[in-house]
Amino acid sequence: MNEIEKYVKPYDDNFTTMVPTSFVIKMRTCKIWQLFRFIMINIKMLIVVRKSH
Amino acid sequence: MARVVVLGGGVAGHTAATFAADWLGKDHEVVVVTPNSKWNWIPSNIWVGVGQMSKEEVTFELAPVYAKAGITYKQAKAVSLNPEGSTNSDKPFVTIEYTGQGKAGQSEEVTYDYLINATGPKLNFAATPGLGDANGMGEFTVSVCTADHADHAAHEFAKCIEKMKKGERQKFLIGTGHGMCTCQGAAFEYIFNIEHELRKAGVRDMADLQWISNESFLGDFGIGGLHMKRGGYAASSRLFAESLYSERGVKWLIGAHVNKVEKGKVSYELLDGSMGEESFDFAMLIPPFAGVGLKAYDKAGEDITATVFAPNGFMKVDANYNAGAYENWKASDWPRTYQNPTYKNLFAAGIAFAPPHPISKPMTTPNGTQIFPTPPRTGMPSGIIGKAVAHSVCDLIKKGPNAHLHEASMAEMGAACVASAGKGLFDGTAAALTVYPVVPDFEKYPGIGRDLDYTFGEIGLAGHWIKHILHHMFIYKAKLNPGWTLIPE
Ligand SMILES: Cc1cc2nc3c(=O)[nH]c(=O)nc-3n(C[C@H](O)[C@H](O)[C@H](O)COP(=O)(O)OP(=O)(O)OC[C@H]3O[C@@H](n4cnc5c(N)ncnc54)[C@H](O)[C@@H]3O)c2cc1C
Repeated sequence: MNEIEKYVKPYDDNFTTMVPTSFVIKMRTCKIWQLFRFIMINIKMLIVVRKSH
Repeated sequence: MARVVVLGGGVAGHTAATFAADWLGKDHEVVVVTPNSKWNWIPSNIWVGVGQMSKEEVTFELAPVYAKAGITYKQAKAVSLNPEGSTNSDKPFVTIEYTGQGKAGQSEEVTYDYLINATGPKLNFAATPGLGDANGMGEFTVSVCTADHADHAAHEFAKCIEKMKKGERQKFLIGTGHGMCTCQGAAFEYIFNIEHELRKAGVRDMADLQWISNESFLGDFGIGGLHMKRGGYAASSRLFAESLYSERGVKWLIGAHVNKVEKGKVSYELLDGSMGEESFDFAMLIPPFAGVGLKAYDKAGEDITATVFAPNGFMKVDANYNAGAYENWKASDWPRTYQNPTYKNLFAAGIAFAPPHPISKPMTTPNGTQIFPTPPRTGMPSGIIGKAVAHSVCDLIKKGPNAHLHEASMAEMGAACVASAGKGLFDGTAAALTVYPVVPDFEKYPGIGRDLDYTFGEIGLAGHWIKHILHHMFIYKAKLNPGWTLIPE
């Protein structure tokens, strides 16, 4: 059962929210994709850190 | 030889003291007055609070580090300031009371040329009946604000897991314990760590998770929320927060002022003025923060606390405290140099400075109760401010009283936050977030107040790895290991 089937109930609080699809959830723990995101997030964070000092 | 006294050995104070000692060298003295014998990497208390780290892993002894840095360390708490000195001497001084070093309870007057107040927050549990009293946290709830609190929370959490394994359903209530709390981010991180550990223990189906907070919308975080680019839209943090809570099966109650805590039950008032109750088996509710209650006296011994400190106990700095209503607030109200307007050799850094006003919009119930987040000053801004203030003080000492003061406005700096669920290298995920600037500037960025290129966030393993790296990197830096000055705040 995916997250949508498990928790979302019609007209409950969470019926009007976005809920990730199985693909999005899979990508969050896909090691190759996450390695790429790791580099990207680090670059972005370093830019913000630089702008802040 | 000048003496710089730093009050508080937390994120801001430790950063200020260590950089000041490094920049001033042996020609001048840096003194740290702090009641704790250990430094605590507070963000990792979350992992301690679910039993995934020991408190020893998030703390270390300060004495050897200060000895290495040539800093005079006094394990004591500051009690009062005499910025004009006394009738006997013009030299300003701070009165301290020892908490360790074999002198517990003894008082001392420490004179200073420059003083940096980085005393952080008083965890004001007493503001909510039952959440605690003047002696600290009460018996019905737990906290993760200190390493000891988090250790206690982990034990209580373990007991709940045991009960669930025996078939007893448990309800977890996590959030803020008063209508005027800050630090929603810590509670947010904690509830998703609880959720993660419950899954790991195979008892998620036996648990009800309930969020309760003073935010007027989920994802406000005390910074009025934020927007991120997603799929061609500038999407509000509310969407992402609600999405995450839905995905993990966490129910939410917002706009809530918890006004009473009893065994297994909290009472609250909502923004619409209605009252309610929520039961719990395990509750972690963040207390409101206040200044640590330092007093100030003039030369004649008259109480001038109201001149130096704001009514909430935080120290007045170069902020605009007369901005008035929300509609009049500007990014330029926020302080730049953190110098006290009355006494130019007094500075405040981190949570200890009095913000000009909240960041989130103030809201009041029909009954007159104020319910809105007070402004957070997270680790990165606290560190950056601590360093900027140390820089200013060093320049004042080395270049003279007309030296240019260094600036670090929260309306011109960003913050990076990583809220991680889980501790393992491959079984956790984290929400990695940056926001720029921390305080929205609606003149520069009309509409949403922030730069969409530098405000972003996403959930995944990558953020989780960053959280691990930050844990080790900041402890490495705080221990002043080789190259520590190169690691940014
Ligand atoms: C559970 C939790 C998780 C968090 N997670 C994150 C995170 O992931 N990322 C992030 O950016 N921020 C996080 N924060 C916020 C972060 O911890 C604070 O922003 C930061 O600690 C503030 O630094 P500070 O120096 O102002 O205060 P503190 O770090 O609290 O330091 C204050 C110091 O002053 C000392 N002191 C108190 N009274 C006196 C006195 N009378 N005299 C002298 N010294 C005194 C205290 O003992 C302490 O050493 C978290 C906070 C909590 C509670």
